[in-house]
Amino acid sequence: MLKISKLTKRYGSGDPVLKELDLTVEGDQLTSVIGSSGAGKSTLLRCINRLVEPTSGSVDLNGTEFTTLNRRELRTARRRIGMVFQSFNLIDRLTVMENVQSGRLGYISTWAALTRRYPREDIRHAYELMERVGIAHYADRRADELSGGERQRVGVVRALMQRPEILLADEPTASLDPKTSEQIMSLLRDLASELKLPVIINIHNVTEAKEYSDRIVGMRYGRIIFDDLPGKLEKAEMDEIYAGVPAMDRAEVGAVA
Amino acid sequence: MMSTQSLQQTLDHWSRFTMRQRLMRYGGLTLTLLVVAWALSSIDVIWEWVWDAPVQMGDLFGRMMPPDPSNLPSILEAIWQTVNIATLATMFAVVVSLPVAYISAQNTTPNRVTLWIGRFILVSSRSVNTIIWALLFVAIFGPGIVAGIVAIMFRSIGFLGKLLGEAIEEIDQKPVEALEACGASRFKIVLYAIVPQIMPAFFAIAILRWDINLRESTVLGLVGAGGIGMILQGAIDTFNWPEVSMVLLTILALVVFGEVVSSYLRKKIL
Repeated sequence: MLKISKLTKRYGSGDPVLKELDLTVEGDQLTSVIGSSGAGKSTLLRCINRLVEPTSGSVDLNGTEFTTLNRRELRTARRRIGMVFQSFNLIDRLTVMENVQSGRLGYISTWAALTRRYPREDIRHAYELMERVGIAHYADRRADELSGGERQRVGVVRALMQRPEILLADEPTASLDPKTSEQIMSLLRDLASELKLPVIINIHNVTEAKEYSDRIVGMRYGRIIFDDLPGKLEKAEMDEIYAGVPAMDRAEVGAVA
Repeated sequence: MMSTQSLQQTLDHWSRFTMRQRLMRYGGLTLTLLVVAWALSSIDVIWEWVWDAPVQMGDLFGRMMPPDPSNLPSILEAIWQTVNIATLATMFAVVVSLPVAYISAQNTTPNRVTLWIGRFILVSSRSVNTIIWALLFVAIFGPGIVAGIVAIMFRSIGFLGKLLGEAIEEIDQKPVEALEACGASRFKIVLYAIVPQIMPAFFAIAILRWDINLRESTVLGLVGAGGIGMILQGAIDTFNWPEVSMVLLTILALVVFGEVVSSYLRKKIL
């Protein structure tokens, strides 16, 4: 269970990006976080694994308080949180297998990492996961030879290699075409239930969010102003979440929806 | 302010510069000419010798022809030594420059102090010419190949370190972020996210420096630091012009050889 309470993030001396935000995620539910650009979605995700340092508040994952860990403890704790990125963040010049195994870097010895002698168990696990998402035949290909959807699958497998207790996905489909984007969303949904893994997804595409999530969280200017089942997200709520966006933009969001 | 009328009057006239800009440009040109004239007048040129140069050149050329290959075995041995000086020095310099590049790149240096140390190493290595390093190391190690290798190495560290450091600064930070999120240690992040990204630059820079070192090590002998320069110096000192021309031809062949090898390697590796 991930329990975020009174989380505040302030860059410099400006307005806080996150304002005393509370959020609890548990079980194998897939939670989508929506909100206009600058609402603080990305900051929220990065405050969980402290890629962005929170200003105050608490982040508790299954009994571990993340905000007070020192650098060393944080490194160990980060192994328990998988993360998937908008631009995949793969290492282009390495093979798919090396990219996938890089998810285990927190566990294996430096020597094993340097010589690419990965533990047998990790290799088996990697093949299983790659088989599951349909990229096993690319194991020896360089990551930059793959298409966008395939690259994101590598990103997902890398995160799952950590055997994480929660998966964070920062706009995982924003760089993909609509069809591939839906494939990745349904993959994430299926993995959430197969692996009993809570998943938090930042997403701009509201239609996809409603279709694939168990729960939708709407953010506006650093606060959560909507938190309910996808079916409860109606036009009025949408207007509130995306208020402040010019009418034309809102019309486009409507058109996509 | 430009009224409609004056706008119409000027419509058939266009010039790239305003009068003010044009005066500034002529002023700049005059100033440059003055500086050149002043520089020429301040150095003591013996003009008779300058006008005499073509005749002297012809004379020297005549004395150099034909090249004398009788000493070729020892010339070839020296040129082989030169290649070895350049290659060994480049290899050592590459190894040493890696940590220097790491601490002098903004995005990887541990802290301000290390950044400062790294930059200091780069600047001091680069601001001293190879020949001056060679003079220093001949004094330390005595004349010979060791002084040459260390001299070339010291000059190369700055070059390699600076270019590698810049390559590190230009990497894509996204894979670094991803590996941080996995809980990877600093060293493993370097190994997986940074090293693969700078690999092409690394090889390109190392090959380029080897090519430069090949040429630099031909003059090391002039200060007694080994290689082909020693023979060249000896031949000049004894007015053995046919041998000088033989050495020069060999150096030319070496440079061409270096060019061919490095462009082959570049194509092969990159």
